[in-house]
Amino acid sequence: MSENQKDSHLKELENEGIYVMREVAAQFERPVLLFSGGKDSIVMFHLALKAFHPGKVPFPLMHIDTGHNFPETIEFRDKLVEKYGVELIVGSVQESIDAGDVEEETGPDASRNALQTRTLLDTLKEHQVDAALGGGRRDEEKARAKERFFSHRDVFGQWDPKNQRPELWNLFNGRKKPGENFRVFPISNWTEMDVWQYIAQENIDIPELYFAHERKVFNRRGVWLADTDFVNRMDEEKLETKTVRFRTIGDATCTGAVLSTASNMEEIIQEVASARQTERGNRHDDKRSETAMEDRKRQGYF
Amino acid sequence: MSESNRTVKEENSDNKYLDMDLLRFTTAGSVDDGKSTLIGRLFYDSKSIFEDQMEAIEKSSKSSGEEDVNLALLTDGLKAEREQKITIDVAYRYFATPKRKFIIADTPGHTQYTRNMVTGASTADLAVILVDASKGLLTQSRRHAFISSLLRIPHLVVAVNKMDLVEYDEKVFDEIVSEFRDFARKLNITDVTYIPISALKGDNVVDKSENTDWYKGSTLLHHLETVKVDADENIIDFRLPVQYVIRPNQNFRGFSGRISSGHIRPGDEITVLPSGLSSKVKEIVTKDENLEIAYPGDSVTLTIEDEIDISRGDMIVRKNNVPTVRNDFEAYVCWMDEKPMDLNKQYILQHTTRTTQMYAEELVYRMNVDSLNQEEADELKLNEIGRVKLKTSQPIFFDAYQINKRTGSFIIIDPASNITVGAGMMRAGSTVSKDPKSDSKRSSFVSPNVVWEPWNISREEREKRNGHKANVLWFTGISGAGKSTIAKELERRLWDEGKQTVLLDGDQVRHGLNGDLGFSPADRTENIRRVGHTARLFFEHGNIVICTFVSPYQKDRKALKELFPEGKFQEIHITCDPKTAQERDPKGLYAKAIKGEIKGLTGFDADHESPEDPALSIDTDSLSVEEAVDEIIKLIK
Ligand SMILES: Nc1nc2c(ncn2[C@@H]2O[C@H](COP(=O)(O)OP(=O)(O)O)[C@@H](O)[C@H]2O)c(=O)[nH]1
Repeated sequence: MSENQKDSHLKELENEGIYVMREVAAQFERPVLLFSGGKDSIVMFHLALKAFHPGKVPFPLMHIDTGHNFPETIEFRDKLVEKYGVELIVGSVQESIDAGDVEEETGPDASRNALQTRTLLDTLKEHQVDAALGGGRRDEEKARAKERFFSHRDVFGQWDPKNQRPELWNLFNGRKKPGENFRVFPISNWTEMDVWQYIAQENIDIPELYFAHERKVFNRRGVWLADTDFVNRMDEEKLETKTVRFRTIGDATCTGAVLSTASNMEEIIQEVASARQTERGNRHDDKRSETAMEDRKRQGYF
Repeated sequence: MSESNRTVKEENSDNKYLDMDLLRFTTAGSVDDGKSTLIGRLFYDSKSIFEDQMEAIEKSSKSSGEEDVNLALLTDGLKAEREQKITIDVAYRYFATPKRKFIIADTPGHTQYTRNMVTGASTADLAVILVDASKGLLTQSRRHAFISSLLRIPHLVVAVNKMDLVEYDEKVFDEIVSEFRDFARKLNITDVTYIPISALKGDNVVDKSENTDWYKGSTLLHHLETVKVDADENIIDFRLPVQYVIRPNQNFRGFSGRISSGHIRPGDEITVLPSGLSSKVKEIVTKDENLEIAYPGDSVTLTIEDEIDISRGDMIVRKNNVPTVRNDFEAYVCWMDEKPMDLNKQYILQHTTRTTQMYAEELVYRMNVDSLNQEEADELKLNEIGRVKLKTSQPIFFDAYQINKRTGSFIIIDPASNITVGAGMMRAGSTVSKDPKSDSKRSSFVSPNVVWEPWNISREEREKRNGHKANVLWFTGISGAGKSTIAKELERRLWDEGKQTVLLDGDQVRHGLNGDLGFSPADRTENIRRVGHTARLFFEHGNIVICTFVSPYQKDRKALKELFPEGKFQEIHITCDPKTAQERDPKGLYAKAIKGEIKGLTGFDADHESPEDPALSIDTDSLSVEEAVDEIIKLIK
């Protein structure tokens, strides 16, 4: 049987992702797919479509909206929801602020990224979600390298890195007590490169922000931030028009652009292959402290 | 297998990355053998480190006063570990070369080692065992080899590290190799490759070393890139554990899952377990296209020619090639919890897509992982491995781990904490019968559990027709708390909404079904047990079952919960001030108790153990019946 060659790595990752999707649908009562409009959540949704074909995706999408999104992201999200007829739940950070649940940060680095945690937890609770599918990948950041596919959260939505269930073979233990829930990461084993290659291979539609375009930006500590209403630009930070694209799409206040002329998938893959910075390197929020991600995870961040 | 269409779409085949495959490997070594340094070196020399990562570890190295950049920092994950300078658990790392993508399960080498290495090894195609050349072969290296063989990792690499400390001496290397070889022979490990390296200096990791001209083999990376792993898959015995049933409309019923082993084509004859019914594969559906053939690892959806009731936990196999179907078997179990394995405790076994209750009946022996001796033992503790006889409440469908990793492995879950406490591998030789039907009947489970025959019409089907889910609402609380009153009103409301309901009331049951039972703790337990199974029958037939029982003991209610799927059994605690209950005294029981005519009345001279974690708690001192019913309806809506 020598012709029986091994699957390509993308095929294997896809098979694994589909398997995890189906486990979630089977083991949980009220799962949601956390959808940010970024490439990772788009790939997840693509996997969900495959997992349940010809049926519908059996869970809603949930978007935690900081109110500081690029308009392109929201537009993309709404089109996708309409095209596939899926339910969309939006958790609004603005509402959490208005309700006095959280306090808006102030100062030039003010960001709503940290506030998302509260809105996320509240929205999950409100909808009695018992499993939230996230697009987190283990290659993104040190703290994620030990993350499980099925990541248990206590009733406060907290993650305890010392008390994680061992995960063996392909057996995922999703048992929990009432009020507890899980974060599930079907693309845990994908790298940034895998995601781009897969998007190219599958011809998946992604927001224009990922491709090179002209934009007014300014430089803050080495990160190019877009000029938007939400960012407090200091006087000495001068605006320049640059050809840029985004490697990740998050909150506009902390997601940096990269100078790039990559305007199609092939060029993006080329660029990623020769990149000298991890994609999170352009995220302002991780730069705040060396263990920033880990601290936020403990509090229930994605 | 010439019609193999595993390669991705033709038109893309000029894209280099599509031809890459995936190798998962694990690294084993004792503390300070240089594992982290080695991984850092692989990343560094294969140019998989980004500038910002490099910057971060440079900063870290400096702030902890090290002179060189410490490559090991690259793989040290969590904050606490960095502070304690030890890694706690399994971490996964990724890198790719133009030939392959690699996933490393990096397991640290301290006391929790066995558990972590077993976890890392469970998904590995290859293990790199590090040996410190300056120390020679230690007990730990033998342990690593043993675990690799137990988990049947098909390929081993013994990386003899720190060759720089022994002047790259061929003799030192040869000695370690011959010692390891002797040991490996006992373990029935076949493919072992030995490589002399220095992780610190880089010799033979990515680039061939000039310091070891006596070594003619390949570098570590070259070996990782070229070792053949596709031959390890079992492509004979077709097994598809059903994960999920896709039923978008009347005309389509697809059974989804990831093929554990074997291959399948449309038209092939299949048997479904546990029913034993046979049919033929109609189509192999994927969103991209219907497949002509599917292989191990493929996530697919099968449609079949005949209408057979199939649900999650069933297994589709090739006709005349069925796995063993039993509810008692032997396995090697690695214990992973602080609390030792308890022979009297009911656990949950998760195997393929099936979960069932289980008991560990007997610890046959414990394995000394260092000497490989079998030791008599009456306990299996954290990080210990033993051969164990197990019994499950429902039959499971399995192959020996040796011939089929996916259908030969399971985890053990503690139902109280929900934590994964053990991992097991089914042994060869404990399997006899090939006939699923006779087998599942023959071996019956010890009380208090039963073997459940599959239902003629599944609950899911009933639920679909009823238009609502089945579940069990268990009302617990002292006499006079208001259980029956609320239950009756609740049932009426649900009934009026068109729901299928059943109300099981303590008094009713005690007249008939449990007329032979009194009120001793043992009889109370038996009373609740019978009611639980009765509730289960109604539940499986699609009803919302409302049960009102004093049920004072926590352990009885816990046992009940285990009879039902997760979340389907909801405890509702009905409470009120004991004085209120005495005033209400709907059955005159308190009056009798006060007069001393009855003894052991719950809420009077016997305690009611409150539920630890009720789905709902209702205080009838403050809520009206209507409000209470509203709360419950909200809970189950
Ligand atoms: N001389 C020498 N030292 C090494 C080599 N590999 C690792 N070390 C040192 O051994 C120590 C432990 O290494 P580390 O990678 O942290 O070991 P781990 O506990 O197995 O991850 C560190 O001081 C390393 O610098 C090697 O090939 N040669």
